[in-house]
Amino acid sequence: MSFAKMTASTLAIAAVSASAAVAQSRDNVQVAGSSTVLPYASIVAEVFGDNTDFPTPVVESGGSSAGLKRFCEGVGENTIDVANASRAIRPSEVETCAANGVEDIIEVRIGYDGIVFASQQDGPAFNAFEPADIYQALAGQLIVDGELVDNPNETWADVNADLPDVEIAAFIPGTKHGTREVFEEKVLLVGCENTGAFEAMVEMGMSEDDAEGACIDVRTDGKSVDIDGDYTETLARIDSNPEGIGVFGLAFYENNTDKLKVATISGVAPSTETISSGEYPVSRPLYFYVKKAHIGVIPGLKEYAMFFVSDEVAGPGGPLSNYGLVPDPELAATQDKVANEVTMSEESM
Amino acid sequence: MTDATASTPAAPASGRRQSISLFRQDAHTKRRNAAETRFKAYGLTAVLVGLFFLIVLFGSIISNGLPAFTRTVVELELTLTQEQYEEAESKLLKTGAYRDFFIAAFDRELEERGVEVEYDAAALERILGKIGGNLREFYTANEDRLGQPVDFELSTSSRIDGYFNGRLKREDVRDSRFLMSTDLDLADELYAAGIMKSDFNWNFITGADSGVDNPGGAGIGASVVGSFFMMIVVLVLSLPIGVAASIYLEEFAPKNRWTDLIEVNISNLAAVPSIVFGILGLAVFIQFAGLPQSAPLVGGLVLTLMTLPTIIISTRASLKSVPPSIRDAALGVGASKMQAVFHHVLPLAMPGILTGTIIGLAQALGETAPLLLIGMVGFVARGYPDGFVSGFTEANSAMPAQIYTWAARADASFYEKAWGGIIILLLFLMTMNIIAIVLRRRFERRW
Repeated sequence: MSFAKMTASTLAIAAVSASAAVAQSRDNVQVAGSSTVLPYASIVAEVFGDNTDFPTPVVESGGSSAGLKRFCEGVGENTIDVANASRAIRPSEVETCAANGVEDIIEVRIGYDGIVFASQQDGPAFNAFEPADIYQALAGQLIVDGELVDNPNETWADVNADLPDVEIAAFIPGTKHGTREVFEEKVLLVGCENTGAFEAMVEMGMSEDDAEGACIDVRTDGKSVDIDGDYTETLARIDSNPEGIGVFGLAFYENNTDKLKVATISGVAPSTETISSGEYPVSRPLYFYVKKAHIGVIPGLKEYAMFFVSDEVAGPGGPLSNYGLVPDPELAATQDKVANEVTMSEESM
Repeated sequence: MTDATASTPAAPASGRRQSISLFRQDAHTKRRNAAETRFKAYGLTAVLVGLFFLIVLFGSIISNGLPAFTRTVVELELTLTQEQYEEAESKLLKTGAYRDFFIAAFDRELEERGVEVEYDAAALERILGKIGGNLREFYTANEDRLGQPVDFELSTSSRIDGYFNGRLKREDVRDSRFLMSTDLDLADELYAAGIMKSDFNWNFITGADSGVDNPGGAGIGASVVGSFFMMIVVLVLSLPIGVAASIYLEEFAPKNRWTDLIEVNISNLAAVPSIVFGILGLAVFIQFAGLPQSAPLVGGLVLTLMTLPTIIISTRASLKSVPPSIRDAALGVGASKMQAVFHHVLPLAMPGILTGTIIGLAQALGETAPLLLIGMVGFVARGYPDGFVSGFTEANSAMPAQIYTWAARADASFYEKAWGGIIILLLFLMTMNIIAIVLRRRFERRW
């Protein structure tokens, strides 16, 4: 151990002296966070670098929670300037931020992302999905004859006679993904409530929180597989399993229409149009958070944020919507917010 | 083996010695020979299995990666006027305006040439890649070329590219806003007319990463430079530190509990998962020492920590393998201990030290996990550093990190690029190994 320490301290000394020698401030915007927002952020970063005199921002992925954690580490050049998130920041995270000196945060909503169910191009078509079907196929426990039992459904036809008679095999995002939260909230919980299972559970004496927990509890007998990697991993699993169905982002599906067949939900096929009109039920807003203390310190930070939400970039017909982002109808308000640097605490006042 | 040694002494005792003939094998000898034949067959099978997998690996790398080295381009003469230039530069999305001008010129050109296939402007949008960046880069650097015709070769969209390199089959095309099946008819005609053609993708070798909607603009060059700067840091730090440490431990240090403890810990350190060094690097170099994020300097420092044990272990092994007689002879004619080590032992151990160093470097070159935490994995597209010193501190990626990033992207074209990146990575590794072999040949001495 003593050797390791010696080496580490030698290196640290070398590093400190090196940093003194190169004591120049960071000139690029540093972004981290959600892997769902990463594609959009990388498009904007490239175009921002191409169109302005600022260097191309660095965008890292790692997940919404990890990004916000790094965002809340403090203020200073060795912390990130922007956190991408596929969900809104939680109050607990705002508290952590404040405790570390990150008090002024600007919340920027960039648009909406659809979550789609898709299966192999050559496989059976899933065209009769309702959230209730997915809940009944994937829930850990279901209410049968007034009792909570382990999910008995083996095939999709067991759940809904209109669905193909194939074994249930679902590949859903793992718990570290923000997408999972949306899946639980907009699909499983809605399905649970639609089937009446939620009410039944409450009547059976469960508290509402427990019932909600039971609703979003996914079966663990191998019929539902958590994918902790990216959508490419889900795609690989679908590729090798003709009867499998996977959860993807709309943009990812649209880029792979030659391999994937999309399932409709309540009879509506997902597209930027059906999502922005609200017909397609499973979508969620995407955000990024800007550290106000860094504006004016890190060159190009405010310009990057303004550029991101400009009509030309995030609006209809822009490169983001062309890639699969559903434009935010209230983009103008967001632009004003960024231009005036309105923080979250000022907003709530 | 055990069979043979265990039963040989028993053979003479049983009195079968008389029946042994040189020409006829007895049962025992037959068994031993059969065991040897079997063993040789196992060995050969193992080698063949290894070779088979190597061939499969190389085959798939090459067949998957080669398409990354070609691209489909559109050749067009464009004249951009001063007014158009000013109009484009006054916009927020300047690159989009340049692209629109190019598409309009392309449309006029096709009209003049009289293309048979019906198409609309949207089809041209889908066929062309994200070329605005290239155009703006050219015109801002060459303002004097405004108003003159300039020949451009610009990349097509990833799907058209995939169609011509065989990734995308016509029957798999489903109409989407990215590609309509009618676009392929137009592409076929343009290809036949020579407006569209395939050529070598230099941009892949020299360029930087690009956004997820622009696979045609993605290149591995910038991350090769990033890896190169990291390797310089690793070499400059780990070779002297590692060699000094092992010479001290091997030749000068007293053998006691402390040195034993150090030795055990170095061996343990060599087995520590690389991600641990990444966390250490984040805590020590970025958060404590305040070094820039995503910088090859920090990456190099982290990989130095990872490489040191490897270098120390191999250096000590090669120092040990120098015969003691060499040391004794040097000391015997009156050399000091240090003279004996530096004049006689170290030169003889040099080939081994170099081999160990290059193996350590090669291992470090392929490492992604420690870079995850210091910001080198993700979208890092700064391009080439301005100078040698800024090469260490400016944000950059590294080759394995770049490959990892590409493999996770939605567009299948990036998957191809990831394989192409592996080819470049292997070439880089091979170059390093060749340097090691050449150096070893030079330093090799016999005694």
